[in-house]
Amino acid sequence: MFQKFRNLSRTRILLLSVFFSSLLALGVSALLVNIMEKRNEARHTYLTIAPIDDDEENPAEWGKNFPLQYEGYRKTVDQVRTRFGGSEAIARTPSQVDPRSVVAQSKLEEDPRLKDLWAGYAFSRDFREERGHAHMLIDQIYTERQQAVQQPGTCIHCHASTYVPMKKLGEGDLQKGFEIINKMPYQEARTHVQHPVTCIDCHEPKTLSLRVTRPAFMEGIRAFKATLGEPNYDVNAKASRQEMRSYVCAQCHVEYYFKGPEKRLTYPWAKGIKADQILAYYDELGHKDWERKLSGAPVLKAQHPEFELWSQGVHARSGVACADCHMPYTRSGAMKISDHHIQSPLLNINRACLTCHKSTEKDMQERVAIIQNNHFEMRNLAMDAVLALIKDIERVKESASPERLMKARDYQRKAQFLLDFAEAENSSGFHAPQEAARIMLKAVDYSRQGQNSLHDH
Amino acid sequence: MNKHRLSYVLLFIVLGSSTGAFLGLGIFTFHYAKGSSYFTNDPQACVNCHIMQDNFDSWQMSSHRLTSTCNGCHTPSDFIGKYKTKAIHGIRHSWGFTTGYFEEPLRIKQDSLDVVEANCRQCHGAIFHATDPLASPSSSRTCTSCHRDVGHMR
Repeated sequence: MFQKFRNLSRTRILLLSVFFSSLLALGVSALLVNIMEKRNEARHTYLTIAPIDDDEENPAEWGKNFPLQYEGYRKTVDQVRTRFGGSEAIARTPSQVDPRSVVAQSKLEEDPRLKDLWAGYAFSRDFREERGHAHMLIDQIYTERQQAVQQPGTCIHCHASTYVPMKKLGEGDLQKGFEIINKMPYQEARTHVQHPVTCIDCHEPKTLSLRVTRPAFMEGIRAFKATLGEPNYDVNAKASRQEMRSYVCAQCHVEYYFKGPEKRLTYPWAKGIKADQILAYYDELGHKDWERKLSGAPVLKAQHPEFELWSQGVHARSGVACADCHMPYTRSGAMKISDHHIQSPLLNINRACLTCHKSTEKDMQERVAIIQNNHFEMRNLAMDAVLALIKDIERVKESASPERLMKARDYQRKAQFLLDFAEAENSSGFHAPQEAARIMLKAVDYSRQGQNSLHDH
Repeated sequence: MNKHRLSYVLLFIVLGSSTGAFLGLGIFTFHYAKGSSYFTNDPQACVNCHIMQDNFDSWQMSSHRLTSTCNGCHTPSDFIGKYKTKAIHGIRHSWGFTTGYFEEPLRIKQDSLDVVEANCRQCHGAIFHATDPLASPSSSRTCTSCHRDVGHMR
């Protein structure tokens, strides 16, 4: 060995030692640079490239300063199915009236009973699974419901970025712009908007802090807080950051109605935000969305009461916000950012659930499946019960006394709304499983009482 | 012979200077990376890398902030055990953080969990004596299964 070493020429020894020491130096300096880079990552979190003011609604401009958030935001075009939700990309042939080549699956085709339930209402014409935020405007412009009935401008509130348009219409006064846009026909209102929901709908441009921009939510949450003994609630002044991480979503993911002939957007929360409290509010007001064909009942259509149902669940009770699961924190270098690719937590279980739940992705998926499968089973039973009452009313509507009929129709209205509340809510029961079950059980009970009111003598 | 000697001298100079340069670079890197802080008990050393910042921040708000540091729970109390743990974790963490090959959310590994459990028992041992709810050898429960946030948020 030693002999061998001696036999090596000196040049070779020299070359070898140079080689190895350069390798070591390379490794150490690479480490040094890596440490430096990581330190710098931790230092720079934000760089203003394009100054943003309170009239900038173009998300691409905001995206120059916040490329990571913008990249996530743009991913909301994705269409991915989950067992009960999500949206599947369905190809369609574009037509003159509807140029879309891709839509989501039709819920009416998935469950034709919905068509029956909503007979006489535009929703029985076209009702599809919601796609991601990026599609909200185009999907509303081209839904067949637009052809069924002249829709009011009120609808645009939550299907477009309306903060800047409302300010412009109100000449700087958001509230005034809100009142103006409510009264417009939809086709006119849509000419004032350009984007689906964008950065400025939730963020204040100077500090990027969260901000509520929808007057209807400001009013709604004020009315609700008053029922809890907190009058004159100003959401933008009083809500904590964690509350805001739900409230900005709740600006739109709620039950609402169009009040009076001017179709003013209103959130029915003055008696509380539970389904039956909302129903009681509508009953007191005598509001109906439409009269159901054939049975003649003055019925209501629940919209998408995610905020209301979530509020009754264990996650809300534990202080978990919408954004915690739908926009979970993700790491990019040293930066912790909210994932702006808003989507079903089931598509991102690792970040959405496992940050708090010390479990596996598979286990979480199974837990959700149990809840949602149970919900689906109950929803189907409740829907059959409500439809059974409707069929009974239709059958005897010529022969039954007006008092009996009125009573039965009122039960239909109640039962149908509660069922619809649990059905239209977009978590398939997950946001508050027991509350959803309670509502549906009540719907079944109202259906039973309604049938009894027709039959007993 | 003289010629040989000269080339030996040259060789040693080259070897010596390259070793020296490497040593200098190494010492600087060690210093820059705050290498010596890892031999202390200062929790600040654990946030040299920002990845532990959340844990550090929430420890400062936790019930144990006045009684225990990172090392108090996460390293054994005996000298050899402590530095062995520090060495193993040091290698593991620096490899993960430098290369980026690690999974999130971070999860404690079994050997680290054993260390934490032993430390809980070292201070709170008296509580266990009467009835040890975790006495069953088959039990996978630990103190922190229930007392999740006593040290920091997880």
